[in-house]
Amino acid sequence: MSKKVHVQTRINGEEVEFLCEPRQSLLEVLRDELGLTGSKEGCNNGNCGACNVLLNGRLVNACLVLGVEVQGREVTTIEGIASPEGLHPLQQKFLEHAALQCGVCTPGFIVAARALLDKTPRPTEGQVRHWLAGNLCRCTGYDKIVRAVLDAATVKKGKR
Amino acid sequence: MQDFDYVSAKTLKEAVSLLNRHGDQACVLSGGTDILVQLREGRRKARLVVDIKGIPQLNQLSCTKAKGLTLGAAVPCCQIYEDKTIAKAYPGLIDAVSLIGGIQIQGRATVGGNLCNASPAADTIPALIALGAVCTIAGPKGTRKVRVEDFCVAPGRTALKKGELLVSIHLPPPKPRSGAYFLRFIPRNEMDIAVVNAGASVLLDARKQTFVSARIALGAVAPTPLFIPEAGEALVGKSVSDGAVSEAAEIAKAAARPISDMRGAAEQRRHLCGVLARRALQGAIQRAKGGN
Repeated sequence: MSKKVHVQTRINGEEVEFLCEPRQSLLEVLRDELGLTGSKEGCNNGNCGACNVLLNGRLVNACLVLGVEVQGREVTTIEGIASPEGLHPLQQKFLEHAALQCGVCTPGFIVAARALLDKTPRPTEGQVRHWLAGNLCRCTGYDKIVRAVLDAATVKKGKR
Repeated sequence: MQDFDYVSAKTLKEAVSLLNRHGDQACVLSGGTDILVQLREGRRKARLVVDIKGIPQLNQLSCTKAKGLTLGAAVPCCQIYEDKTIAKAYPGLIDAVSLIGGIQIQGRATVGGNLCNASPAADTIPALIALGAVCTIAGPKGTRKVRVEDFCVAPGRTALKKGELLVSIHLPPPKPRSGAYFLRFIPRNEMDIAVVNAGASVLLDARKQTFVSARIALGAVAPTPLFIPEAGEALVGKSVSDGAVSEAAEIAKAAARPISDMRGAAEQRRHLCGVLARRALQGAIQRAKGGN
């Protein structure tokens, strides 16, 4: 077995160090080594988006990043979306619109939608649907998800 | 996933030396959107993964009127389409990089990786061929250049020899009155692999009424992305007309050697070749005339 590698990174604003095997994906490291189980494993091949995280602010599939690759970088997971004051408007609006059923895809959708709103604060419905094309939900049929994201975009920026 | 060692190479020399020493036991990691899936599924074996994202030459992204576009092999798609200068100068490349995968994939996937993965259906390759792109390769014996149309030699196999690494891709500066266009056919709206794809570029004369030159390439209809020089040559000196475009598209269609698989039947693909080659040419002509 390959020697474990020491990695230093920032996750959700905190300095984190971990040991991992080179073959472990960032998703495996988050879930199995660091106990951050919010990111989900859906397809494990980059199709479903359930493991979405931000890597240096950029939306990526954590299953398609090696843990060793995050050395010196910054990771934001679903656990870093809410603030100490409360839920992020996206989380609140997902609840209000009942934009989930089984919930496995939800963390990925929320992280992906956060990345969208960071870049495009007032997206059109078309922009939301295009941006979320890499996130699959097999329960709800997407309409409630899209409505929740559009509604969250109307919340004042200071509150996001 | 299978067990391997990982090295993040910091220089070209280091990467070439590692690849040369480990031969086919080593594989190159850039965006990882193909390679990590292949390693996980056992479709590719490696004892050593060489991450090349830390090598300066592979992160070049420069676009000037005099020199054209130099695109480092480790530059992700999103960085290309977010660059306004590139988006304006090379819309035919933007067509391709903005439709590969979803946003999550575009944040990591690279044009260099799309080339090295050498899929017959790769979306950037017909666009690059149409634009006359040339690859710069580094190896134990120094650097060499290979035209994109000669880079893929079989499904999943490239012209790279032992110890060699794709460094960058160069696109010549767009000439006035030239235009390029790329499109693909998929049964869904997004997130799919091309049934057939097509790239075309044209250069028109001073009055924008006659073809000076043209290039057409098709994907997913042969073991490698297919450059069809005779289709472009058929347009040289001809007036810009629907008839001339259809004729060139028919030549492209005749050159295709499609197979039937889960994505489409050979007959359907052959039909699509004519349709997409024609539409790619029409799109390129419109851009050459100054439209979008």
